[in-house]
Amino acid sequence: MPAPSPDGLVSEAPAGRDGQTTGVLALGAIVVAGTRRRGLGIAFWLCVGWIGLVILLAVFAGALPLHSPDATGLGPPRVAPGGRFWLGTDDLGRDMLARLIYGARVSMIVGFSSIAIGLVVGGTLGLIAGYYKGRIGTVIMGVVDVFLAFPALVLALAIVTFLGQSLQNVVIAIGFLSIAPIARIIRSSTIAFSEREFVIAARALGARNFRIVTKEILPNVVPPTLAYALVYVAVAIVAEGGLSFLGLSVKPPTASWGGMINEGKTFLPQAPYISLLPAAVMFITVLAFNFAGDSLRTRLDPRGGAA
Amino acid sequence: MSAVGTIGRKILYLIPVLFAVTVLTFLLIKLLPGDPAVDILGPGATPAAVQEIHHQLGLDKPLPAQYVHWLGNAVHGNLGQSYQNNQSTVSALRQRLPVTIELIILSQLIAFAIAVPLALVAATKPNGLVDRLATTAAFGFLAIPDFILGVVLVFVFAVHWHVFPATGYTYLTANPVLNLKAMTLPAVTLAMASLAVYFRLLRTDLIATLQQDYIAMARSKGLSTRYIMVRHALRPSSFSLATVSGLQVGALIGGTFITESIFALPGVGSLAVQSIYSRDYLVVQGTVLVIAVGYVGINFVIDLLYTVLDPRIRRAGAIA
Amino acid sequence: MFGRARGAGDLETEVVETEPGTARMATAEASAGPLLVVDDLHVGFPTERGLVRAVDGVSFRLEHGRTLGVVGESGSGKTVLSRGVMGLLPPGAVRTGSVRFEGREIADLAPDALRDVWGAEIAMVFQDPMTSLNPVVRIGRQITEGLRHHLGMGKAEARETAVALLRSVGIPEPERRLEQYPFELSGGMRQRVTIAIAISCGPKLLLADEPTTALDVTVQAQILNLLEDKQRERFMAMVLVTHDLGVVAGRADHVAVMYAGKVVETAPTAELFAEVRMPYTEALLKSIPRTTDPSHTRLAAVGGRPPDLVDLPAGCRFAPRCPYAQPRCVAEEPPLRTDTGSGHAWACWFPVGTPEGDDALARNVRAERPQTLAAQA
Repeated sequence: MPAPSPDGLVSEAPAGRDGQTTGVLALGAIVVAGTRRRGLGIAFWLCVGWIGLVILLAVFAGALPLHSPDATGLGPPRVAPGGRFWLGTDDLGRDMLARLIYGARVSMIVGFSSIAIGLVVGGTLGLIAGYYKGRIGTVIMGVVDVFLAFPALVLALAIVTFLGQSLQNVVIAIGFLSIAPIARIIRSSTIAFSEREFVIAARALGARNFRIVTKEILPNVVPPTLAYALVYVAVAIVAEGGLSFLGLSVKPPTASWGGMINEGKTFLPQAPYISLLPAAVMFITVLAFNFAGDSLRTRLDPRGGAA
Repeated sequence: MSAVGTIGRKILYLIPVLFAVTVLTFLLIKLLPGDPAVDILGPGATPAAVQEIHHQLGLDKPLPAQYVHWLGNAVHGNLGQSYQNNQSTVSALRQRLPVTIELIILSQLIAFAIAVPLALVAATKPNGLVDRLATTAAFGFLAIPDFILGVVLVFVFAVHWHVFPATGYTYLTANPVLNLKAMTLPAVTLAMASLAVYFRLLRTDLIATLQQDYIAMARSKGLSTRYIMVRHALRPSSFSLATVSGLQVGALIGGTFITESIFALPGVGSLAVQSIYSRDYLVVQGTVLVIAVGYVGINFVIDLLYTVLDPRIRRAGAIA
Repeated sequence: MFGRARGAGDLETEVVETEPGTARMATAEASAGPLLVVDDLHVGFPTERGLVRAVDGVSFRLEHGRTLGVVGESGSGKTVLSRGVMGLLPPGAVRTGSVRFEGREIADLAPDALRDVWGAEIAMVFQDPMTSLNPVVRIGRQITEGLRHHLGMGKAEARETAVALLRSVGIPEPERRLEQYPFELSGGMRQRVTIAIAISCGPKLLLADEPTTALDVTVQAQILNLLEDKQRERFMAMVLVTHDLGVVAGRADHVAVMYAGKVVETAPTAELFAEVRMPYTEALLKSIPRTTDPSHTRLAAVGGRPPDLVDLPAGCRFAPRCPYAQPRCVAEEPPLRTDTGSGHAWACWFPVGTPEGDDALARNVRAERPQTLAAQA
């Protein structure tokens, strides 16, 4: 059921003669904007910094001088942070710092990979539906709407449970679920751009559809979509967190933030940090993605400042 | 374009979507690998026993026939039963639905009760102190996943200060006070995300509405700011809010299970989770069906309400 | 009947009020002084590029019951002027100068006190009735809320009054209209409603900001006539803002012509049309197409564009487009000088119809200045 969407999805890209130029200009605007005060302030770059830090730690976790995240009994259980174990140990004597960093790895992989799937599949569907409209468009969007009609997390739960718990399956499940919302957004964007003059001009010059879509429309759709994508990565991280909280993401003893929060919740009276540390880290990371994505979105999509 | 025509068209659109949703739910279990008969019988299942279960559950008939059979049963209120405890899915749902509904309603009440006045104040003085504080807080709350918020709330209010219970549930009819006490933390957990969304949306819409000429005209009549905000600005700004709140409620229908798990509430969400854990596939199917149909239904109702709220659409079709 | 207290010594005759304000004729003549005195009003909007000086030192006075027409093109500051007089400016706008209403300074009133003035003493009619009426509120409430707020009427009384008001502005079936929404009325009727709302609490001054611009031509005359009727009935003064000189021709007592935030010429209406002095006004007059002209007559447009209100020139603001312009005009800004005899004021070094002016024009024609040649064509 296509309910009216409250956020404006049409981007006001700078008017240019051809689609590709405006797309490049828009991307350039992001880079240049970093030196301008308005829009992307210091808060934005702080968020980018944090995200960068998390990604770096996740990627190079193996090379860092860390304790093993899975090894139990490295130290006494429930040791408070500070001292030998910088962030303490959990109930099974595992090093919290190592677990947090390896948990970051899970979150980052799931976050980016699943949205990548969504972008590729959903993006293609959205582009086609938006450009060709008519029959194809209606059919595609009908299917998309049906998927949107599903309570997403329940579907993810079911998929992961029946497929088996592994990082790959979680990525597939969440990625699969991100297709529909991404397709919708890209379709809106595409429709808005295909009605712009440079597309009509290209068509008048005899350009074939494929060329128009890839050379004119796509470069314009990409910048605002990337902004949304950042927010979706945050959603994917939260989804993975929820799944691992319920024990339905990667199998223990692999560290994952949600799982750590779940394990720690029984020890809230004695050792609250077991839950609260991963909670804080996850919160800050999700916040960073949300804020960065939102700032970019206000920059590239002036009418979309609402929820 | 009359109102009846508009509504009629929407109903017409509803039917294929509902149909597709039921088909998808039915196929949900079918498409996923794993043989439910094997799950039921456990390891060491003999082919004969598996065959028997297949026949019992009608799994050896062609797919469309199975679908029709299943749907027919569903419409008659038969969603199978749990193979674990033999409780009929429908009766389990009937027991648990009020809990989830109460949770959702409470959370929305809290969300509106805070978001609307806050947005009104924030929009009256954009970028003032209240506005900046509230907007930052809203942004923060949007980012908190419900399981984190739930755990934090339990830590602060149940463990640290013993104000609310961490788990446990009393039915509303049994003891309203205890019920509300038990529901407070979970309702607040669910409310926060909605609250943030509502606040931001309403604030943005209010600020946009306040630029309109009719607000300047209302001001020029000498009416007080408070009157103008509530009687002139709020209603035109509420359309997006109404739609989004419907979407939120719909989303919550499928999104309560984490909160229900944390606080051990016997609702529909925790039923879904438990039955997924135990691969009680009939229960999963039935629960997912109810949730999905509920979600579609709610969105449909909200769409209708939208038509009613905007008198222009109701009377004369959309005005450009 | 409407419970407004009147000073005992003001009334010279007993007058029965049938509508709010109709008793005023007697009282106004007893009270001395003009209704509205605006002195050196400046309104600016801070932007990234600097302060946009929308109204840059405007002064005028308006007597009770009289009409002042303010004419200018888009961007001349005429709309900002009416809002600035009222005080209905967006946050962030900078206003200086004095606005005295009935002898009382209202430019520095606190918001609460100002709200008591709005609606009850000074009212505004907006340009586009489609956007100035709240689309999701019924007409009835949009009329009665002012009545209940300012005049303390109860629900029933307000409703009755609203019906009477609608009838008096020429809307048929007023009871039915009360329950309707703005989109159910035609443009002309909507504007009648806004007029009804504006006059409902008996204001002494009506600020009509381009009240007919958004309406069909056929309806425009009706609305202007309606405004005039109501004005006379209630002895209201009116500031009629418009870009159309034709609108003020038969309806204003005085006309002020604005350009780039300043009043460049002002005079009693007949005097202005008879003896136009400022070249800008002359150009405006010339650009009105006349039905007596032969077909295919080229419209005499004023070439060029108004100046940037952030970056104003040192001299006369119209100089770049003026057919009469001389070097002095570019260097020095002409002050607004009044000819006390006729009450005609203008701001020009080489006014139309004066020897200096004719001379300047001739010089420019000989020098083949493009603006001059274009204007002569």
